[in-house]
Amino acid sequence: MSGEVNAQAGFPAAGETEIAQSVRGAFSCALDRRSFLKCALLSGAALSICDGAQPLVAMPLPAVPQKRDDSRFTVEAKFYQKLQNQKIKCKLCPRECTVGDKERGYCGVRENHGGTYYTLVHSRVCAAHIDPIEKKPLFHYLPGTLALSLATAGCNVNCKFCQNWDISQVRPEQVPAEYAPPKLVADLAKQHGCPTIAYTYSEPVVFSEYLMDAADAGHETGIRSVVVSNGYMQEEALKTAYGKMDAVKIDLKAFTESYYKDVVVGALKPVLDALVTLRTMGKWTEIVYLVVPTLNDSDAEFRGLARWIRTNLGVDVPVHFTQFHPEYLLKNLPITPVPTLERAKAIADAEGLHYVYVGNVPGHPAENTYCPKCHRVLVERVGLTAKQVLIRKGACPFCGQQIPGVWHA
Amino acid sequence: MRWRGGTSRRHFLKNCLTGVAILRASGKVPLLEASEQGTAAGKSRVVIARDPQLRDAGTTVDSNRMLKLLDRSVQAVFNLDNPTEPWKKLARPGDKVGLKMNALGGRGLSSNLQLIEAICERLQEAGLRASDIVIWDRDTDELERAGFHVSTGGNRVQCFGTDRVGYEDELVTYGDVGSRLSKILTEHCDVLINVPVLKDHDGAGITAALKNMYGVIHNPNKYHPNGCNPYVADVNMLPEIRRKMRLTICDATTASYEGGPGYKPQYAWKNNALIVSQDPVALDYIGWQIIERKRAEQGLKTLEAEDRAPRYIATAGDAQHQLGTNDPKKIVVVEV
Ligand code: SF4
Repeated sequence: MSGEVNAQAGFPAAGETEIAQSVRGAFSCALDRRSFLKCALLSGAALSICDGAQPLVAMPLPAVPQKRDDSRFTVEAKFYQKLQNQKIKCKLCPRECTVGDKERGYCGVRENHGGTYYTLVHSRVCAAHIDPIEKKPLFHYLPGTLALSLATAGCNVNCKFCQNWDISQVRPEQVPAEYAPPKLVADLAKQHGCPTIAYTYSEPVVFSEYLMDAADAGHETGIRSVVVSNGYMQEEALKTAYGKMDAVKIDLKAFTESYYKDVVVGALKPVLDALVTLRTMGKWTEIVYLVVPTLNDSDAEFRGLARWIRTNLGVDVPVHFTQFHPEYLLKNLPITPVPTLERAKAIADAEGLHYVYVGNVPGHPAENTYCPKCHRVLVERVGLTAKQVLIRKGACPFCGQQIPGVWHA
Repeated sequence: MRWRGGTSRRHFLKNCLTGVAILRASGKVPLLEASEQGTAAGKSRVVIARDPQLRDAGTTVDSNRMLKLLDRSVQAVFNLDNPTEPWKKLARPGDKVGLKMNALGGRGLSSNLQLIEAICERLQEAGLRASDIVIWDRDTDELERAGFHVSTGGNRVQCFGTDRVGYEDELVTYGDVGSRLSKILTEHCDVLINVPVLKDHDGAGITAALKNMYGVIHNPNKYHPNGCNPYVADVNMLPEIRRKMRLTICDATTASYEGGPGYKPQYAWKNNALIVSQDPVALDYIGWQIIERKRAEQGLKTLEAEDRAPRYIATAGDAQHQLGTNDPKKIVVVEV
């Protein structure tokens, strides 16, 4: 699942007030994750809500809700292989679930119906907000702009620290959701001044078909797409789905296989491979590393990570060391001390990385973007707000140094 | 058999049972604790009750014979002569009793309708109100596909899936498991009777008593890696499950030895048996052996050879979990 905190589930962060105000201004109602679409999208003319309830077989059911018709969310999956005996093998993520008839894969949002595999979450949005792009965080991508950010249920890993487990670790039918087809999403983004749609909060890998269609719909009207992902994805699916993205943020959760096995329930190698693939695709990519006290905060790991990035991706990839907050199955650990994050940054800086940030610590000077040559502040941030952007035509206005990123719409 | 209301028992359930209390319990009896076993010397008793004539002239299970089969098996577990007495040990009038069945296999391979009817009948004879009995699994549609009718109100046996009432918001954890529990378990059951089906399982090896508890949690898909080990054992350790569980009545009238957990007619066989125990680990161990014998008979490799032996059974019996025993020397199999 993504490291980005869904507003309902997360901790307060600087800029939250501004976000809330901007969102309320846009939608004329207070937004919480579950009511967003109902109150906001209904007020727009575009969304048709149809509960699709089926008649009950036996009795009136005063106390228990009726079953909804989920067929409109059910679309054949793109990445799978048919096997004998109506089984399938999913080729979307490295887990490669073999799934029998009427069963689901590990992510819980894909189901085998008689040998054909379906996603159950196409256009099934369970969380949506308008966020600053800095919240993803993407710091070198259209700073100071807004992103219409959305998620469906489900995730292909099970991080013990997940901040959004109430949507990522559930089946789609277990969380309220609304029907938001791709064109509606693109129209809403445009209508509310968001140059970007962001697929985030849960794990977009598992709703790849939807994000591909939404990205296409957005591009038709000049709206871009970014994804906030764990990068735990097979190469072909990554190239096809994330090939449609305008920027990518990858949560690199640690630099050891043991952590991926024990804490993430995944594997490191495919994520590193995905980062290299994104690099070869020329996709703008930023990396977040959530620093969890005692579990992935050693000097050796920080150094190994920084060296690997320098060698395989280059020194210009932004890296965000972010603060952990106890949540979900990891409530016994403290919040990451700021000096730990500063130690991580110092090590990565010393290894030659140009853009190393400290995240989730509002007001920290390492939230700003500095020119690697003249060291002047180029983007000043406070919390999730870019207060000042001085970059001109992709370069430092003081010394002319090119600053990599996507700076202008 | 005819139901007391003048309609057959099967018809009665299908039409959402009208709650006529058959016999009133004359007094309260101490309830068995979940850990209490009906066998001396610390051994676990697993009863296998068979009736080759269970289906007689067709594929439908005969209700009368099923009731007798149930009586034989449950009485043998508790060493009691009267068919109603064991149920009085399991639940008291006023208790809410959940029958956690398995409806995944449709009409072909789900907990048998006649078996569920028979259990409901005996529970009512033990003084339980019909409306205090709930037949349930994860999904209402699956229950209907298995031949059950939805019932959520009135003076009737209740029947619906967790999809209708949802899961608790709070996460409960044990070992490697963190899950939300079905509100049917937390709000509609004081006592849990597990009514699984004996089946092959492509990932877990077999599914019977212990694995059926995956239908109680919101995220079973997360616990299928590594042959469901140690997750099955951990799920069964969740306090609310452990505290409420009283008895497993495993439906082995039709069982599967390959291709599970879904229903594949070519791999199912009419076994005409119930396997009943208060020790779910011992029951699963015996169920596993039954499936292995059938596989051998069919010329199939052992589950071990296919690298899918149900290792979670041993985990459930280990020193950390102590949910029962998988040691054959500590299991007494009683065939009736
Ligand atoms: S995307 Fe889901 S179903 Fe597919 S391999 Fe990954 S976890 Fe399994």
